[in-house]
Amino acid sequence: MTALHYGISDTLVLAKRSLLRIPRQPDLLVGFTIQPVLFVLLFVYVFGGAIRTPGYSYVDFLMPGIIVQSIVFGGFVTALGLADDLKKGLMDRFRSLPMTRSALLTGRTLGDVVTNVFQLAVMLGVGLAVGFRFSSSVGEIVAGIALLLLIGYAFSWVFAFIGLSSSSPEASNAYGFTILFPVTFVSSAFVPVASMPGWLQPVAEHNPFTRMVNAARALFLGIPAGNNIWLAVVWTLGIIAVFAPLSAWRYRRVVAR
Amino acid sequence: MPAEAAVETSRLRKRYGAVQALRGVDLRIEAGSVFGLLGPNGAGKTTAVRILTTLLRPDEGSARVMGFDVVRDAAKVRQEIGLAGQYAAVDENLTGAENLEMVGRLYHLPRGDSRARARELLASFDLVAAGDRLVRTYSGGMRRRLDLAAALVARPPVLFLDEPTTGLDIRSRIGLWDAIEALVSEGTTVLLTTQYLDEADRLADRIAVIDQGLVIAEGTSEQLKAKFGGERLEIHLCDSGYGEQAVVALSPIASDRPFLEDGTVRVPVAERRGTIASAVRRLDDAGIAIDDISVSTPTLDDVFLNLTGRPAEPAPDEAEAQAG
Repeated sequence: MTALHYGISDTLVLAKRSLLRIPRQPDLLVGFTIQPVLFVLLFVYVFGGAIRTPGYSYVDFLMPGIIVQSIVFGGFVTALGLADDLKKGLMDRFRSLPMTRSALLTGRTLGDVVTNVFQLAVMLGVGLAVGFRFSSSVGEIVAGIALLLLIGYAFSWVFAFIGLSSSSPEASNAYGFTILFPVTFVSSAFVPVASMPGWLQPVAEHNPFTRMVNAARALFLGIPAGNNIWLAVVWTLGIIAVFAPLSAWRYRRVVAR
Repeated sequence: MPAEAAVETSRLRKRYGAVQALRGVDLRIEAGSVFGLLGPNGAGKTTAVRILTTLLRPDEGSARVMGFDVVRDAAKVRQEIGLAGQYAAVDENLTGAENLEMVGRLYHLPRGDSRARARELLASFDLVAAGDRLVRTYSGGMRRRLDLAAALVARPPVLFLDEPTTGLDIRSRIGLWDAIEALVSEGTTVLLTTQYLDEADRLADRIAVIDQGLVIAEGTSEQLKAKFGGERLEIHLCDSGYGEQAVVALSPIASDRPFLEDGTVRVPVAERRGTIASAVRRLDDAGIAIDDISVSTPTLDDVFLNLTGRPAEPAPDEAEAQAG
């Protein structure tokens, strides 16, 4: 048995643990299925009529953006879970076991990929039901889905860091939403950047979410991508490169509260 | 010939900011024995356990578990230990069986062995009926038993129990004590921390009393009690004006000078048996009427009062640092 073998086995054991939690906590399930679905319905039927999206119908414009937003927040399961492990003292147990040290983090983030796949299926299903249509090749759609999952994975590491850095599950929730939520709105996810006030446009334009949303839009709607796709990939990999080591560093130092 | 030490620490020091949690702690625990680390909240017990279980690094000093250094050979130490903490560190959203299987897998037991071991432990901790229920439906006592079971999954030679019964009702405490005693009879080395003298008394072969990060006394339970906290007769007189006369009358049966406190006569005694009868006889002979008489067993407070001259109440900031 090699260290790598143990690392994979430990990661899978802990990913399974992370996933078993979801059907057993109905509030979590609500958090990442019903909530995003409500958002889709609100934006399509309430705000949509007032938002001008030259060149496409609002539902086509909206779906890639709202999927990016919901997949980014899919990682909050990791923040809640880690903050809870800290609070309940489980962190001490895991850290005293001869398991691969990073497995608690890799297990949780891997678990998130599975929930993100599920979430993505729900969102696309709802999107298709309210009139969203792909207008690109199968290859582009697959690439778009892969990019979305990579984005979700990257933000799981951001949430891992938030969970390990906050004093309680409630606090981690508050941090996650108060910091990330506005950032996702000041982007091209819900309205065209050109409709924002002049001073805000450069902020929205350089917001990594705008890159990610534009890339998903290009891949799903078959419009010219410019350098959005590779910028989105660079941003995403950059986030992993920063937050995975940061989380691992935090994890080595935390003790149960 | 001295047995090999399962746990050995040398001048362990750890500070959190301005608070010195450990100020040079030396411990030696013989293999196969139960060692009680006794002290109030904030004394440094949990800090010591966290260093020995590789969760914290000491600032100074060193510690070895089964011959492995807790800093340099931390990974090897983790193969040798089990930890049950004050929190009942079990996953509420898993069943009892799933919790134990997960821990088995993380000790790298094969899947089948993890499953079998989980069933075996559920049986020995009286959790068979609850084994397939989610832990969030468990009572406090059941959670602690499951937590202890989780610490035993890999049959570790050294077990750390950090205040295993704090917050439990007396029935659950006794149930847990029985379980710990059964383990010890199988040769496991145990380091137990506790705030309760009776717990250390019942379970531990040797006890170290720790206060403000220092070991202030060490020995068997008998040695410590004889030295620092003998039993006491407490006598309420019908007329407290006879207090001084009662002290004189009871001096011959006292192991130390009797004294008056809040109108109650307190008489340290070496031997519990027969003391009430002889005290009653002596007071009767002296014509002093008794309202109430009882024997009080020494508490941690008594030992502390004797050792440190102050009650075993932690300063609030120390308790904070301990919890943090």
